[in-house]
Amino acid sequence: MQRHDGAVMAEAFLHVRDLACVINGRHVLRGLDLDVREGEIHALIGANGSGKSTLAFILMGCDGYAATAGVTRFKGTDLAPLAIHERARLGMTLAWQQPAQFEGITVREYLGLRRSGVDPAWALAQVGLDPGRCLDRSVDRTLSGGERQRIELASVLAMKPDLAILDEPTAGIDLLSMAQILAIIRALRDGGGAVLLITHQEEVALAADRASVLDDGRIRHTGPPQDTVAHFLARGGEHGVA
Amino acid sequence: MALLDVARNALPLVGVDPAVLNDADVAHAVVLGHNVVSVHGVPGVEVALRRNGQLLEGSVTVAPGVEVARPIHLCFGLEGPRDVQEVRVDFQLGQGARARVTSCCAFPGARDARHLMHATLVLGTDAVLTYNEHHHHGMHGAMIVAPHASVRVGTGARFFSNFALLAGAAGKLEIDYDVAVGDDGLAELSARVVARQADEVTLKEAVRLVGVRSRGLIRSRVVVQDDAHAEVVGITEAAGRLARGHVDCREIVLGRARAGATPVVRVLHPEAKVTHEAAIGSVDRKELETLMARGLSPEQAIELVVSGILR
Repeated sequence: MQRHDGAVMAEAFLHVRDLACVINGRHVLRGLDLDVREGEIHALIGANGSGKSTLAFILMGCDGYAATAGVTRFKGTDLAPLAIHERARLGMTLAWQQPAQFEGITVREYLGLRRSGVDPAWALAQVGLDPGRCLDRSVDRTLSGGERQRIELASVLAMKPDLAILDEPTAGIDLLSMAQILAIIRALRDGGGAVLLITHQEEVALAADRASVLDDGRIRHTGPPQDTVAHFLARGGEHGVA
Repeated sequence: MALLDVARNALPLVGVDPAVLNDADVAHAVVLGHNVVSVHGVPGVEVALRRNGQLLEGSVTVAPGVEVARPIHLCFGLEGPRDVQEVRVDFQLGQGARARVTSCCAFPGARDARHLMHATLVLGTDAVLTYNEHHHHGMHGAMIVAPHASVRVGTGARFFSNFALLAGAAGKLEIDYDVAVGDDGLAELSARVVARQADEVTLKEAVRLVGVRSRGLIRSRVVVQDDAHAEVVGITEAAGRLARGHVDCREIVLGRARAGATPVVRVLHPEAKVTHEAAIGSVDRKELETLMARGLSPEQAIELVVSGILR
């Protein structure tokens, strides 16, 4: 990439330019630009309906979420032609806000899907769950919402991804556990990976290294988290533009 | 090869150690076609089986108060690929008796064959019976398999049934269970079936909760693939005061296969309650995408989801 002064910049780890998406006739994303750097936690903050989850699904290649225009590249590779598992094998993954349930599949199996060398018991302990009680349970509706959310984070931790897209990872987590979850997100970064942290909570965004405000399908501001959260609040916070 | 050796060779197909047939502490009956190969009882358990023309007739009786330590093994095989095997068995569990039955149906070489089972089970007061039936079929797919059972669960008794047909293509499978549950009784029916090729599966299970505080659960998990077709009918009828019933049906449809489910719920007492849930269709998109986001290919993800629901 060449700057206007002629200097050459390295392309960001995750590089998104002019991304657009129309779903059922609604322009959900309108020329979105975003850079996530290697080894950073980048918070994406926005009100409900601002397009945060849509961006996550497009980046991961989920069915029904195709970009109508724009460029998405990860580690220099064009993501557009890649299926979900090909993107995962490239080193990225997504943790859903409301994770799927799997009848008959144990937590141990779920955390061992990707042979990364991470011990599932260790990953569970990191998210505050007792491996002795959880490893042989099924990832099904017998888990509470909070347990399922933690197991989702543990599965990301166990995968050791280069880029983790976390869609509202603190949803369903009590306030006392918030610090623990944020510590896990930092651990993902400190292990060498980048994190795209999608949230509508200011206090979560403040844990990031950089942050962007998404509003009406566009990035309105990018900068240090404090400034970005202030910008977000000035635009009406999680309730949208005043 | 001796008929008993044929049976011994077939047992591992359904996950059973053939050594049980030599164990004096394990009651068993072994049948090949219409030949009664071996029958063995243990104290408190009588097993009788005899040939009556083209029919096999018999009974399994557990005396009152007897707790049978090891599962009673019933092993069914066929002599030839076009055999017809028709069996009538009466099970009687006396008051307070407890037993487990492992029924092994191994038909790896069957073609145009039939296995017809008519079972009557009567559980006395406070008796407990767990009936596990495992099938193994080859890939010829032209057989007719019809396990029919009529079950009476007495006061305070508990009946657990687990039917599994996971290997091979059966052809035509017609399960028909009818269970009546008395006061404070419990019946749980679980069926796991994989229908392949051009299999036709009909799974009809009825639980009639006639007793006060009787409880019933019907749980079916069916995977239908290739050109197979499955119809699941779960009938729960609650006539007893405070009776509680639940029907839980999940069918995964792959390829050109077809599936249907008919939950029939009847509540005949104002203080009784029955709930039901059914899910039929391809593998859930979100489940697939989550597994793919961990690096599994679409094929690996489908295989894992399917194996999970069949456990």
